[in-house]
Amino acid sequence: MTVTRNETVDTATTFNASAATPALAAARLVLARDLRLAFRRPGEMLQPLVFFAIVTTLFPLAITPELSQLRVVAPGVVWVSALLSSLLALEFLYREDAHDGTLEQYALSGQSLTWLLFAKTASHWLLTGLPLAVMAPIAALALGVPVASVTGIVGSVAVGSIALSLIGAIGASLTLGVRRSGVLLSILTLPLAIPVLIFGASATSRAIAGEDYSAPLYLVGAIAVLGITLAPLAAAAAVRISLE
Amino acid sequence: MSTLGLRGEGLHLWRGDRHILRDVSLELRSGEVLQLTGSNGAGKTTLLRTLSGLVYPEEGRVLWAGEDIRKDLRAYHAQLAYVGHEPPLKTDLTPRENLRYWIGVRQRLTASDIDRALDEVGADEWRERAVRTLSAGQRRRVALAGLKLLAAPLWLLDEPTTNLDTAGQELVGRLIEAHAARGGMVIAAVHHELTLPTLVVRHMQLAAS
Amino acid sequence: MAWTWFHRLGSPPYIYSLAARLTPWFAWPAALLTVAGLYGGLVLAPPDYQQGDGYRIIYVHVPSAWMSLMVYTTMAVSAAVGLIWRIKVAHAVAASCAAIGASFTFAALATGSLWGAPMWGTYWEWDPRLVSELILLFLFLGYMGLRSAIDDVQRADRVSAVLAIVGVINVPIIHFSVEWWNSLHQTSSVFKRAGPAMPPSMLIPLLTMFLAFTLMFVALLLTRLRAEVLSRERSAAWVRDVVSA
Repeated sequence: MTVTRNETVDTATTFNASAATPALAAARLVLARDLRLAFRRPGEMLQPLVFFAIVTTLFPLAITPELSQLRVVAPGVVWVSALLSSLLALEFLYREDAHDGTLEQYALSGQSLTWLLFAKTASHWLLTGLPLAVMAPIAALALGVPVASVTGIVGSVAVGSIALSLIGAIGASLTLGVRRSGVLLSILTLPLAIPVLIFGASATSRAIAGEDYSAPLYLVGAIAVLGITLAPLAAAAAVRISLE
Repeated sequence: MSTLGLRGEGLHLWRGDRHILRDVSLELRSGEVLQLTGSNGAGKTTLLRTLSGLVYPEEGRVLWAGEDIRKDLRAYHAQLAYVGHEPPLKTDLTPRENLRYWIGVRQRLTASDIDRALDEVGADEWRERAVRTLSAGQRRRVALAGLKLLAAPLWLLDEPTTNLDTAGQELVGRLIEAHAARGGMVIAAVHHELTLPTLVVRHMQLAAS
Repeated sequence: MAWTWFHRLGSPPYIYSLAARLTPWFAWPAALLTVAGLYGGLVLAPPDYQQGDGYRIIYVHVPSAWMSLMVYTTMAVSAAVGLIWRIKVAHAVAASCAAIGASFTFAALATGSLWGAPMWGTYWEWDPRLVSELILLFLFLGYMGLRSAIDDVQRADRVSAVLAIVGVINVPIIHFSVEWWNSLHQTSSVFKRAGPAMPPSMLIPLLTMFLAFTLMFVALLLTRLRAEVLSRERSAAWVRDVVSA
């Protein structure tokens, strides 16, 4: 039995009765989903932060317990630990989405993949960068820095971690198709993150010394702004390639 | 002749040395259902992914409503529902939440839309549990609910009846029939024939290279 | 007519034979110019009034550094061409550049280090130019690592192309690092707006070595490209003919 149908059925009106989601709302949903997933697994979400705490304690144990000497290396210790912790969280954020088809559906959603990945990067920063910016002064205080420098530390790590999340997004999307990609992800991301490390640590150390730290902070900010415009684009290209 | 519809023209695709798609052409118009059959590795999934625009063929092109999909891929994707082998669900979220995020990113939908779709696929109390706790068949049903919610005329389905019992397979058949009756079109890669009593179904067989 | 030539460039067997024919035209001049440049630099050029004879390492160090930047740029550009226009040979060219570029970068760092010991009193300094050149080495190694980690050659090509393009930002940083920061490394003596700040007796051997290294790069690139093409097309009939011949 055949069903007769009108050949000129206008599929457009039949099927587009639901309005498409505007871009901002779509980004909010991506962000909301990532945050909700992270809070469903609080243990995993806290792991990078615990890692940060542990790594920063390794340095005084390995170098010297003298606070006067630790004060000098404090900015570097805080920054290197933050960088490594940030890398850990990247795997958590991108790997699963690649495996279960979420990224594929993002690519097929009719929304700009660049924009959706920008939202994903924002969720990485909210889950990792921001908490690290809050934890950094605590670690720094334990390394003997003066209390007055806390705002400077928070500010420099907060801005720098934005740049780190963006650079990390590139590295994570490049290594999507690779098995056991943890080390390769670090090898690719760390060289690109070196400028952020240099200027960020410089800003932090000036803040600790009570000097004006605006110059390196602006440079980190500039890298972050450059990253905002370019990193999601590169990440989207890499994701599309991995879906081919 | 209606230009609304999908056309694949002379598609060739290589993966490394393997010539997976050899000069594949097809045409699909409003209300039509095409079943893709072929042994494992024959290229059914590859063909679906090429038609969806995810994969770029070495030769040939895909046209939607007379236009090359590459001209405006995002507009094409807004008209396309692609459900692959694995349902795109996050295991830590409930079916409701999954649908809200998966479909919500594409189109506006309300909570009652989601509930109605879940009703249709037979989701009872398990719609409130994390997908992690659901069976493969239940997850497949959630994916079908998503399909129902997607306001897209073209459906590309990769083995839609996997893990489903007889009732589930009939559900798939009903969904496809209703979709075709509304003027939609479906390409489904299958291992077993779908039960579609009210439709004339076209077939295409892919041969392994 | 021109289109036919361009189209044939995309054909692997043509590229293979073209590269074979072109290589000697680059290899021999490279060898001759290297000898000439080294003779000019090591023997003919006068000693520097400050550094004596120790400065002569610049005849290897500076061309290596220039080449490291040039090779990376070549790699990034051909990767971009392959990515955007989907030309497979472009990807093969990019792949062939990587090891050569890494070698030049390492040579620049090593010769710089050997020069630094007598001149600055240290084998290494953490100043912007050295650090960014080191980052360049990491980028080359990362590129090669990423390629080898992905089994599917096509995907490896395309993913590593994205990496190469992203890393291009490092090239101007290396070049301008001595202008932007107070660096231990000396500022540009050759690429100045007012003309080079070097006497001709030193400049000419330097430029000769630069030309020699460039030709050497092309010769090496063509040789590696042939191996790349053979490897990629290994199942094609023409490859079997070439290998069995």
